[in-house]
Parts: sequence; structure tokens; C-alpha cells
Amino acid sequence: MSNGAALTLGPLRLVARWSLRTADHVGRFSFLIVDMLRGLAEWRIWVPRTLDQATAVGYGSLFIVLLVSAFAGAVTSLQTGYQFTGTLPLYYAGAVISESMILELGPVLTALILAGRIGARYAAELGTMRVTEQIDALESLGRSPVSHLLIPRVVAGLLVIPALTMFANATGIVVGYLTAKGSLGLTYGDFEYGARYFFRPLDLWYSAIKSGCFAAAVTTIPCYLGFNTQQGAEGVGRATTTAVVAASVAILMLDALTTKLLLVAK
Amino acid sequence: MIELLDVHKRFVENVVLDGVSLEVKDGETVALLGPSGVGKSVTLKMINGLLRPDAGDVIVDGLHVPQLGRKELATLRGKIGYVFQYGALFDSMSVAENIRLGITDETCYNDEKFCENRIQECLRLVNLAPDVAAKLPAELSGGMKKRVGIARAIAGQPKYLLYDEPTSGLDPVNADVIDGLVERLRDELGVTSVVVSHDVRGSFRVADRVALLWQAKIRAVGPPDEILASKDPAVLQFLERDLEMTLIQSESQEGREARGRNV
Repeated sequence: MSNGAALTLGPLRLVARWSLRTADHVGRFSFLIVDMLRGLAEWRIWVPRTLDQATAVGYGSLFIVLLVSAFAGAVTSLQTGYQFTGTLPLYYAGAVISESMILELGPVLTALILAGRIGARYAAELGTMRVTEQIDALESLGRSPVSHLLIPRVVAGLLVIPALTMFANATGIVVGYLTAKGSLGLTYGDFEYGARYFFRPLDLWYSAIKSGCFAAAVTTIPCYLGFNTQQGAEGVGRATTTAVVAASVAILMLDALTTKLLLVAK
Repeated sequence: MIELLDVHKRFVENVVLDGVSLEVKDGETVALLGPSGVGKSVTLKMINGLLRPDAGDVIVDGLHVPQLGRKELATLRGKIGYVFQYGALFDSMSVAENIRLGITDETCYNDEKFCENRIQECLRLVNLAPDVAAKLPAELSGGMKKRVGIARAIAGQPKYLLYDEPTSGLDPVNADVIDGLVERLRDELGVTSVVVSHDVRGSFRVADRVALLWQAKIRAVGPPDEILASKDPAVLQFLERDLEMTLIQSESQEGREARGRNV
């Protein structure tokens, strides 16, 4: 074989290997989702565990979500003041702060924080259970790991993340208003007028739907990666990092997709 | 009865099992011996369907394991207790909750009184005090974790018990305790057992028959005396290696005891 042919085969082989690996992940991920949908019938098993997970994940994440959304609201308010003062009526600030929080910052920031917090937790927990044979033990006892471990985590995330997003929206708007009041002298009347003027009920639905999509990514991807962990402690570490990165990328892609689909419909 | 018929298994390019056939009769205890990484645990995982063979068949209780559906496999697993190498206890659950998960009959599992009695009964069978039930796995020693693993495996009153290296990582005294437990469970419960191990001494003590897995094949099968008398070079090599290990362990144990006396 000539040198040129060998050099061409290298990248080709890499592309082929990457394609095969991607197809393998897509296939196994799809089977896992089908397994989870099938496992929903075993509600006696997953409902009590879902409540435990939801409490742990929701309550534990509330502080950091509120903190980040408060800062996001304050910064949005300050930047709005910096850009709009003297050029647009002040009530526009109310619209910018509330719409920014509801449409983008609330859902996206909450999801990104939870990708790190919940995603890493799920991947590490399940990965450790896999490498210490706890998942095999569950299977060997004739019990479904999907109903015992995966469904409770995914359903808890699907319930908790949209709820946390709504708390984040509210916190960001309130802190944004208070910051605008302090820095721009914006009155409550002006803020409310601006916020109401541009608000549509669809905006809240959009925020909820978007956070629901993000919740699916934040829960299913880490669960899949943790569940399929291999090679001991190193594998758990790799699964955890990959889970956070993959969930974050998925959030950004879903952000673009939902904006295109839902706001164009609007 | 458990039957492995011409089983083949490979992981990527590594051939782990190459035409393995073995039969375990009802009520019998068979020890599957072999060096580390030879495929003993893989064989055990195939018996309860955690792994599927690439070729060949595994028959347990008259059922072809690789062909079973999800529900049938779950039902079969209810008849098989599996003791994992490192216990594989659920670390977020107490000992009692771990053992309770082993009760595979749903009606019994949901009966609090039955579960409480069964947990205490299982703890007694594995020589653990009743107060251990409330502890978390992290509070237990290695030997106790193994015993809780055995208690969980027998909680569902299985017909078959599979032990994956039950004495690995234990000192000789605790290893003897576990071997005694395997014998006791065989005699008291009458279960059919497969014990995977690389510990010759312990395996010869508990097994009715011994099978040596060597280079992906079953090299020798027979009663312990027959294996000990074997002139097969692979059997001799394996037995000599284990004998050296036993001597090293007993010497270090004697050393520890002597140091203890001096202190």
C-alpha cells in the first residue's frame, strides 16, 4: 500500500469508528428509553422512590438555583439600564428583565446548573453501582434496575426541574426589579406596565415546555452513561464528566431547537 | 439441575470460554476452580442470565437461559441466589433492607411481619447477631459483608446458590468461617451450589465435585480426591501454585500470632 493510501485510510478509519460508536450509543440509548417506558407499568416500585429522589434533588438544588437566578436578574437589570438609559422609555426595562428571565435565563441557567448538580450525581451514583456490581445484584434478585433506579431519577427530574425553573423566573424578576429600582429609579408601576405590555401567556408555557425538554436531557443522558459505566473508578470519573458535558451540550442544542419551533409558532 | 453445553464467550478478541460443558446435579456442590481472569465469574453470570453465551446453551431447572424473556428470567432468578465477590450490598440501605430485597416473592416481600422474621432467620443462618440488621454496609467488616451477601442470597429460599469467590480478600480464619457456612447451608437447606474460587483448600472442603477451568476450557472434573491424584500437568501446576500461596498465608498468620504473643 502506498503512503498516500495509508494516510487516507487513517482518517477514514477514525470516521468509521466514530460513526459506529455513535450508532451504538444511539441504539442503546433508544433501548433504554423503551425499557423505561415499559417499566412505567411497575408504578408500585418507582412511585415511592421517585418521591425520595424528588425531595433530595429538588430541596438540595433550590438554594443554588435561586442564588444564580437572583444574580442573573440583577445583572440583566444593570445591563438594561446601561444600554437603554436616555434612549428608550424606562418601562422597557420591566419588559426586558421579565421576558429575558422567563424566555431564556430562567430555564437555561437552571438546566445548566442542574446538569452539573443532578447530572453528575446520577452518573456517579449509577456508575458506582455498576462497577461495584450492585446493579447486577439487583438483576440477579429478579428485580428490574430500570424500575428501581432509572425511572425514579428521571421522573423526579421531570417533576422538579420545571418547578425549580418557575422559582428561578420569579426570583430573577423580583431581584431584577429591586436592582432597577435602586440603580435606575424605576417605579413598580413602570416595571409592571412594561412587564405586562410585552407578556403573553404562551411565554410561561414556553418556559415550562423548554425546561421540561431540558429536564429530559439532564436526567436521561447521565442515567444512560452511569448505567453503562465500565472499568472501575476511572470509568465512573469518565462517565460523570461525559454526562455533565453531554447534558450541557444537549441543553444548548435543545434551547435553539425549542426557540425555533415554539417561538416561530408564536 | 444446571447444564452448560459447549459454551463459548469472547470479549472483543479475548476468548474467555471455548466450548465449556459442565453439569451440576440437584443437591450437589460443584467448585469451579481456576486462576484469575480465566472466566469463572463469566460462567457463573451465564447461569443466572447476567451474560449471554456467544454460542452453546445454558440450561437451569430445564429452562434454556439464553432464550428466556425478561419475565421468565426474573422468575428463574427468584430460584437462584447469587453471592457476589465483594458482597455488592446496596450501600444506601440497611442490612435488613438489603436482605429484604432478596425475598423474591412479592406477596411475602410486602408482608412486614414475614420479612422481619425472615431477616432474623437469615442472619441466624449466617451467624450474625440480630442487631446487625439496623447497620449500614459501611459499618461492617469484609467478612460480615460477605455473610450479609449470603443472607440476602438465601432470603428468597432459592433452589440454587451461586458463590462468586466467597472467600477472596478474607484472612484464613474468616475464609474458614465462610467455607463452614457454605457447608452448613448445603446441609441445612439442601441447595444445589456452584462455588467459583481460586482457593483450592476451601473448595476441596465444600465441594462434592471440582472442575478446573484452564485456558478457556474445563481441564478436569471429578471428586476432590480424584483431582488431587491427577497427573495432568495443568492440574499439578494449579495445585502447586495454590499450595505456595497457602504456605505464604499460613506463615504470615503465624508471624502475626507470634508478634501478638510478644506484645
